[in-house]
Amino acid sequence: MYAIKVEKLTRKFNGFVAVDHISFNVNHGELFGLLGPNGAGKTTAINMLSTLLKATSGYAEVAGFDVSKNKDAVRNSIGIVFQEPALDNRLTGRENLEFHAMMYGLSKNERRKRIKKVLELVELTDKADVLVENYSGGMKRRLEIGRGLIHKPKVLFLDEPTLGLDAQTRRHIWEYIKKLNEENKVTIILTTHYMEEADYLCERVAIIDFGRIVVLDTPQNLKNVLGGDVVSIEVAPIEKGFEIFKKFPWVKKISQHNGIINLNVEQGEKKIPLLMKIDQQEKGLEIKSVNLRKPTLEDVFLHFTGKTIREKEVSQNERNREIVRRRMMRR
Amino acid sequence: MKVINLTAIYVLWLREMKRFIRAKSRVIGTLAMPLFFLAFLGLGFTNMNIPGMSKDIDYIHFLVPGIIGMTMLFTSMFAGISVLWDREFGFLKEIMVTPVNRVSIVLGRIVGGATTALIQGILILGISCLMGFRIVGISSFLLSIVFMFFIAVTFIGLGLIFASKMKDIHGFSLIMNFVIFPLFFLSGALFPLENLPIWIRYISYIDPLTYGVDGLRGVLIGVFSLPIISNLIILIGFSLVMVLLGAYFFEKSEVV
Repeated sequence: MYAIKVEKLTRKFNGFVAVDHISFNVNHGELFGLLGPNGAGKTTAINMLSTLLKATSGYAEVAGFDVSKNKDAVRNSIGIVFQEPALDNRLTGRENLEFHAMMYGLSKNERRKRIKKVLELVELTDKADVLVENYSGGMKRRLEIGRGLIHKPKVLFLDEPTLGLDAQTRRHIWEYIKKLNEENKVTIILTTHYMEEADYLCERVAIIDFGRIVVLDTPQNLKNVLGGDVVSIEVAPIEKGFEIFKKFPWVKKISQHNGIINLNVEQGEKKIPLLMKIDQQEKGLEIKSVNLRKPTLEDVFLHFTGKTIREKEVSQNERNREIVRRRMMRR
Repeated sequence: MKVINLTAIYVLWLREMKRFIRAKSRVIGTLAMPLFFLAFLGLGFTNMNIPGMSKDIDYIHFLVPGIIGMTMLFTSMFAGISVLWDREFGFLKEIMVTPVNRVSIVLGRIVGGATTALIQGILILGISCLMGFRIVGISSFLLSIVFMFFIAVTFIGLGLIFASKMKDIHGFSLIMNFVIFPLFFLSGALFPLENLPIWIRYISYIDPLTYGVDGLRGVLIGVFSLPIISNLIILIGFSLVMVLLGAYFFEKSEVV
């Protein structure tokens, strides 16, 4: 049995497909990631899995319960940290936790123990009795993660857990998430549009674009698809460079993006001297810069969707506005 | 799963109380308007002979039950609509994703809202007494609280209906001007309804506050158009309908 089972889950807003027949399974204790640009449908998917939104069609099961038929059982089994803060600013951190614990029906004794424990876990014991409106962004995030854990959920949803946080706080949160997953054996499903986050945290990643899952695998396997190394070359004139590089037998894949030629090769470090020779041999061809690196998920994303995630976000802004517009119409 | 989750209702009520106590400026803000109405209208019309009003009572005594009704109307509608603020600040999602059934969530909000509204209504009554308003006795005070309670429940229910139908707080001033104020003026809070043209009086008969104000007047100063018990029964009827409709629309609305 899986912790989460999703089959052809779909959500439309007035005919506009936000999530389009996605299917995947998450194992017990797994740290699973949904990676994609803003507006790709990640949050809509999470909202359906956490019973806040009805699916238009398809089937989903969380902790063994059907999300459309057995909502209360699902709600009892999950914890969730929403993309935007969902705290009561006029209450203190402890009161927010207390509220949550009581809503989940924990006894007084349990409440005291669990609240103490999660406060320690997210290192907010000192600030527990301060009003949340005086918390920093990172503290709010940590409080919410702690809150999501009070009732010992089997599955924890994290929707963009580090959105808008500075690099240092992000690192901190990553460590918490890893620790939680390893020590408490909580199944975690997180959404993110940060490549390095998905790469660092997730055991498996589903790349989601325009509401569809494009590819799903471990970060390592995804990167292996591209083979060995990526050599990025800035060259003038670019068309000529492309024609020449294309003919080399050691080039496994060649692509051109934003004035840069990317070559997928094995043992990239040995290919750089070859490139130097080409620069000398070919008249009228100037190699301006060469960059050798291991493929990142960014390269994987580019490979599967044809664009980098940042470019996607620009074009997806259109799509986001469309979703908002349709949802307003619905109202 | 229990239909009525008392712990959840209690914690929702507790949250409302904590927020109420911490938001002093908001409380002063909502009390200011009824107090100004009471002070300026009360003083301004002191010795006026209002047509349709018994000559035995002065205007301030006629006015106080109306202003209490007004306070209940405004604070209760705000309490119902405050779901929108929770939506705006994301906290509604936190409430809705818990395994507490929606009926208990609605009840928790009603109990919390009714308590804060009652506190404010009683405060206004107390201030009126300082201004020269005389309460007949303890039983009339207690009966007035019963009326205040059902006025509160009715309009929290109505507020919930609006909050479930609106998705953000931008429509709020629209409701203020086209719902709350007409309900207030049509209720006979400021003048006897007998003065209004007959067709407007018919409209005022579907305004729940009409029965609330008339009932409050009955128990507080002994002046009424309908018997107190009829007012109470009609008001309870309204409150039941509003709560059921409010719960229905709240249940149906999607949080995200």
